[in-house]
Amino acid sequence: MSVETKQINCINCPLGCLLTIELTDGKVTNVTGNTCPRGEKYGHQEMTNPQRMLTSSVRVENGFLPLLPVVSKSTLPKGKILACAEALRDVVVKAPVKTGDIIVSNILGLGVDIIASRDMEKQ
Amino acid sequence: MAEQLYDIIIVGGGPAGLSAAYSAWQNGAKKILVLERDREAGGILQQCIHNGFGLHHFKEELTGPGYAQRCYDLVKDKPEIEILVDTMVLSVNDDKSVTAVNPKKGLIKVQGKTIILTMGCRERTRGAIRIPGYRPAGIFTAGAAQRMVNMEGYLPGKKIVILGSGDIGLIMARRMSLEGCKVQAVLEICPFSNGLTRNMVQCLYDYDIPLYLSHTITAIHGKDRVNGITAAKVDDHMKPIPGTEFDIDCDTLLLSVGLIPENELSRGLGLAMHPLTNGPIVDQHRETSIPGIFAAGNVVHVHDLVDFVSEEAEIAGKYAAIKATGKLPDSVADVTVDAIDQVRTCVPQHVRATADGETIRLFMRVRKPMDKVRLTVKSGEEVLLTKVLPVAKPSEMIAVNVPADKAKGHHDEWTVSVKEEEA
Repeated sequence: MSVETKQINCINCPLGCLLTIELTDGKVTNVTGNTCPRGEKYGHQEMTNPQRMLTSSVRVENGFLPLLPVVSKSTLPKGKILACAEALRDVVVKAPVKTGDIIVSNILGLGVDIIASRDMEKQ
Repeated sequence: MAEQLYDIIIVGGGPAGLSAAYSAWQNGAKKILVLERDREAGGILQQCIHNGFGLHHFKEELTGPGYAQRCYDLVKDKPEIEILVDTMVLSVNDDKSVTAVNPKKGLIKVQGKTIILTMGCRERTRGAIRIPGYRPAGIFTAGAAQRMVNMEGYLPGKKIVILGSGDIGLIMARRMSLEGCKVQAVLEICPFSNGLTRNMVQCLYDYDIPLYLSHTITAIHGKDRVNGITAAKVDDHMKPIPGTEFDIDCDTLLLSVGLIPENELSRGLGLAMHPLTNGPIVDQHRETSIPGIFAAGNVVHVHDLVDFVSEEAEIAGKYAAIKATGKLPDSVADVTVDAIDQVRTCVPQHVRATADGETIRLFMRVRKPMDKVRLTVKSGEEVLLTKVLPVAKPSEMIAVNVPADKAKGHHDEWTVSVKEEEA
């Protein structure tokens, strides 16, 4: 049985708690240093399947502005973030767009939609 | 030149201006005008496309444009609120008239019963930090680059060095990486990062971007276009240490070296200014030294959370509305609020106490990062509030309420102190 500890900062809120994570044979057995339950969840998630939100922008045709900001509807695997960002570089949408409209559904087959962050009127 | 009378004229249509307008409307103002120089309302949030906004104010995590949309949706289509974009205010006068220009209307003059200043802040530039060297293309403030990438659709360069580890610098390090650029390094003159820990993790560590603390730039290379910089370690007085220099290749340098409240109009107006916040001195209602002229948001002091900007603007909007309709209660004493010990700044800087008392919300910044501190608000020798905080950092504004029953009748000078607790 091998026991090791790792220290990471929680990213859920501006507090940025320093978590101490105890791993036994590579499995998380204890999380300390968190001030709320989200920290404990983050500690487990970060060690097993780290997740991040993605925000970027896509081109708009005939829009009031040339670009539309977009956001992933939920988190994506951290290791896929760059690939998703790259996939968004070629996306073009047509105005008008409403906040929450799906811009790319099921990006890279990861089961997460990319949605509009704001309204975009026609030019 | 047509002149129209408004209950409230708001200068600046960013989150502060929009939140102030909504709050003024909720508090009975009938004729509100918001003047915005950009092509649309929303301010700097429109280019801050990342998420992390709104957890306090809207109780959910939003992107910058998402937050701006929420603020805008609250005020649009309200007949009492008029928003004029593409409108640059030239002067605000102590009789509460405002002169502005607009491409369609030309020179306009409007008259308010009250004014709210919500001009926000702007970035410090290379000139403000005096980096020697040529003046090649490829040097941008982080915010200018952010606007190019997020709103206009251009990349400022491919190989990037960022000076300053404030949140904007960190956010741009990630943004440039997502767009396929190589971020060579982030340099920070302080021995600690000025950004949030969460941004260190998700913007630098996630992309293996090196952070050099206690480092600065001593030379920018390249004549027509930047082709590199020289970095050096700094001593305790932030002076470069000879012999520690090294070169980093880059075609672009982004500067994230601080924000300055944008107060040309306030100075033109002759408002009393605070030397450390670089903003107008305000009371608890955010009324400035000229009666009827209020100020809120980053123009008063630079915030780190837009949520607090909205909160402060709502205070200004409420009391400007009450004043415009002629009902603001008389004050019985003018009490100074002094920042002492490890508190660098505190807003409001004074309280115009009323006979009934009211809850006073204090926003403060500390001088240095500390663990386990005690915050104490006193009036003379009387303690109004004291509590222990687990951490205090210059980058994170601290907000506390002095309840109305505590504030009432305490008219000796207030002091706001933060001290490290004895171990």
